Amino acid sequence: MSRRRISLRQELPLLVWLVFVWAALWQDFSPGNLLFGALIAVVVARLFYLPPVELGGRFSVVRAVPFAIVFLGKVVAASFQVLYLAVARGPKVSNAVVAVQLRSHSDLMVTATGHVISLIPGSLVVEVDRSTSTLYIHGLNVRNGEDVMSLRKEVRDTEAGLIRIMGTKEELAELKQEVAS
Amino acid sequence: MNPEVSGVDTVIDTVSAVFMVVGALMSLGAAVGLLRFPDLMSRMHAATKPQVLGLFLLLAAVGLQLRTWWVWPVLFVAWIFQLLTVPVSAHMVGRAGYRTKHLHRELLTTDELEAVVQKAADKRDADDDEASGPA
Repeated sequence: MSRRRISLRQELPLLVWLVFVWAALWQDFSPGNLLFGALIAVVVARLFYLPPVELGGRFSVVRAVPFAIVFLGKVVAASFQVLYLAVARGPKVSNAVVAVQLRSHSDLMVTATGHVISLIPGSLVVEVDRSTSTLYIHGLNVRNGEDVMSLRKEVRDTEAGLIRIMGTKEELAELKQEVAS
Repeated sequence: MNPEVSGVDTVIDTVSAVFMVVGALMSLGAAVGLLRFPDLMSRMHAATKPQVLGLFLLLAAVGLQLRTWWVWPVLFVAWIFQLLTVPVSAHMVGRAGYRTKHLHRELLTTDELEAVVQKAADKRDADDDEASGPA
């Protein structure tokens, strides 16, 4: 094989997820079924080999739980906001496409930020520039420069939150420096 | 059946009823948004957001009503897949829509992508000219 093998540790989150999906679909979490699921997960991961996801090597549960709760809250807020705008503003709504430069250059970070930002109020990823890790975001109800600034801040804050959860040590150190200065 | 159990039942029924009504309202909101918003991009907002919450609430109501723990993992997986796929599809549609000019530029207060797309298009045209020139 010409492709670089990734360590089991890096593959583990994928395998755990596959086993979970398997057991959930069978609706059977008995040890036998889990073992068989694990077997299938390993075979699938070996046969259908995907480019490895480069994890940051750390995951902070303490940061992840509040982030998830805030995220759910924002999903609820986003839905009501869109509902309100649809009914109240409708055709008169004004939008903007804003470029936001992210700190991190890792694919996982850019993808995760793009996903989260697409689900929280008023923003949608239109285009990604991977080489400079810039997200082009379509903002709903962006009326002036101030709204553009707050949208940009929102995206950068989301990325900061994700770096605190699962960014690499270097990214975290850079973030700390930026916050301190 | 003792009265305590039926008391819990009432609470669960009420909660799932509220979830279902609000979830349906969210789907209605998505439909209203699709009709009322002026261009493709803002319609994508309506198509992605309220619908994710609506599905969450309806799945939660299903989970509460079935009262068996083993449906929760299935519902969880269903919702997670929704969370993972909705931004991707919205991104692909939005990207295609932007480049095929399915948007009302007069409704945009700022557009920081236009110049970038224009530059890429110019470069591609120049490359095409170069390629076809000598032949």
